[in-house]
Amino acid sequence: MIKRKKKNKQENPFYDPSLKKRHTSAARFKKFTLTSLIFSIAFLAFFLFDIVGKGIPAFSVAYVKVDITFNEKSIEDTRFAVEKEYREVVSRAWLRDIPHLLKENPQLMNTTQNIWVLADDQVDQYLKGHHYKLKEKEITFINELYSKGLIEKKFNTIFFTNGDSKIPEYAGLYSGIIGSILTLIITMLVAFPIGVMTAIYLEEFADDNKFTRFIEININNLAAIPAILFGLLGLAIFINLFGMPRSSPLVGGLTLALMTLPIIIVSSRAALRAVPDNIRQAGYGLGLNKIQVTRDHVLPLAFPGVLTGSILGLSHAMGETAPLIIIGMIAFIPDAPSMVTQAATVMPAQLFTWAGMPEGMYIEKTAAGIMVLLTILISLNTIAIYLRKKFEVKW
Amino acid sequence: MSTFESRKKQRELNEKLIKFTLIGAATISILTTFGILFSILFEAIEFFKLRSFWYFITGTIWSPGVIGSQFGALPIFAGTFVITIIALGVAIPIGLGSAIYMSEYASANIRDYLKPLLEILAGIPTVVYGFFAAITVAPLVVQIAEFFGLEATFNSALASGVVMGIMIIPTISSLSDDVIRAVPDSQRKAAFGLGMTHGETIKDIVLPTALPGIISASLLALSKALGETMVVVMAAGLRPNLSWNPLEDMTTVTVTIVNALVGDFEFSSPETLSAFALGLVLFVVTLILNMISLSLIRKFKEKYKVNTL
Repeated sequence: MIKRKKKNKQENPFYDPSLKKRHTSAARFKKFTLTSLIFSIAFLAFFLFDIVGKGIPAFSVAYVKVDITFNEKSIEDTRFAVEKEYREVVSRAWLRDIPHLLKENPQLMNTTQNIWVLADDQVDQYLKGHHYKLKEKEITFINELYSKGLIEKKFNTIFFTNGDSKIPEYAGLYSGIIGSILTLIITMLVAFPIGVMTAIYLEEFADDNKFTRFIEININNLAAIPAILFGLLGLAIFINLFGMPRSSPLVGGLTLALMTLPIIIVSSRAALRAVPDNIRQAGYGLGLNKIQVTRDHVLPLAFPGVLTGSILGLSHAMGETAPLIIIGMIAFIPDAPSMVTQAATVMPAQLFTWAGMPEGMYIEKTAAGIMVLLTILISLNTIAIYLRKKFEVKW
Repeated sequence: MSTFESRKKQRELNEKLIKFTLIGAATISILTTFGILFSILFEAIEFFKLRSFWYFITGTIWSPGVIGSQFGALPIFAGTFVITIIALGVAIPIGLGSAIYMSEYASANIRDYLKPLLEILAGIPTVVYGFFAAITVAPLVVQIAEFFGLEATFNSALASGVVMGIMIIPTISSLSDDVIRAVPDSQRKAAFGLGMTHGETIKDIVLPTALPGIISASLLALSKALGETMVVVMAAGLRPNLSWNPLEDMTTVTVTIVNALVGDFEFSSPETLSAFALGLVLFVVTLILNMISLSLIRKFKEKYKVNTL
């Protein structure tokens, strides 16, 4: 058998000695392309694994059970509310909040309560086995409390209910979340109508002339202009020229709206273009004019696509940071803003600020914040895909 | 009859009004582009009134905030260039390789799963990449360099360049994949008919045909890398450094813009205005790259009559 095959090869007039080499080279090429694809996906996996590994610890935080004395003295200097040896263990930020706590619960005055209070960030980091700065004496004390069950890790609600703080254990994402919501409301209020109207004009009304082509080229360019330059626009026009308040969700929202516009326009146009022409012709045949056809027939049919594109634009705007830094939305904001003209920060900008802090707990909170942000973004994208699948009309 | 006439008139008026509103909305995007151009241009002109334009583009000392401050942006351009080259060095082979595998080798079923997976990379906010570069990749670079007996700083150009490269993989892979798939199948069949292997068909027939689209994708990625801010602000250095060593710290145009604008200088000071001069350079360069990229892809579309791009 083998012999015959060999003979055949030599007699075969089409036999090419370089063929084997060529096949190896083709296989090598295929391997290279597969490797590069695997690399991209492996990176994604490594990245998610790394962030989740760093962020998970931040969802729990150390609490310590201590006697808190509420009296005049502890209002004056809140450190006196706890026994001396606990002063390094209990969070300074929590103690500073005692007057506020007493204002809300006046019946606590002149009592001593044995309650769970937030522990200092160093205690928390020590319990989690991270880098910590504690004295030998403090460590033995903490170990003693821990073995008695007086120190416990609980779910970190502070992370979701507090604004930013200069004290790591007291810092939370709340003001960032509210700032993001206010900013994105402005963004969508501006970008959605303008984007959809532009798409309707270009798809349904515009003639193919120089002006239309200019707008089209312009939109394509706008989509590729670096984000940071939109920040320069916001600074020079909205803040310096129109005098809008710096660091406010109003300016941030308007700036992001201009960035989101191209995304909404492009996807809305694609959705409008997908509506077949016989729908329009049937409308004209019944005596409807262009506006009626567009408003009552074409737009409703294209709406799922328009909505999907807008949600994608929204999620894009949500993660944008660079232009917001330029217009000052990285200010220290401990309290959530209630108006669009107040100084605010947004989630990604808050993460940027924390990432630059030296304390380990901020790093942990940055990773946890990234997990929150990515969860929101993935949910938004999933909703967008679901809507498209559900309402998509096949022609 | 007259009510009909007046109604018709009313309707025509409405139509005109609606059409003008639509045109108005469409002009906003033009206004935005010109808004960006002029807001940057005017402030940049203010800067060049204070400082020499020639020294700005050829000078090698960038020292804002000191007495006798100098604004020579060459080290900043060099830093941007080095980091961008590293990013493209990572993104082009990997992005193109992924695109070729998805469009030529993978079955349609697998491709439907792979493409959204790669697009997740594009959906991750840049601040997240910055955090990853600064906290995870930069220490890794230092360790690896130490292993080879080299010295790297914790804000090396290599760390931010590599992460930025990974960030722009989808820019290249997504567009290249579309372009490669748009190459007419008759070309592949002709090549197979001539006895070429699949690898040869791709390398000698498909890729040369798709080349304008691939170049277009790479230019788009280049412009994205030049304008990328968060990764370099968080992971690259602040020091203008005229060096080719990727293990050293360097700064980029975008980092310098951010630092100039979050500083405490007056708005009319050259320190702040220098941000707009750098912004102008960035605007012009990225605009030219985008224009070339768009015209290449348009020509490709016209040549092969595809509408899917």
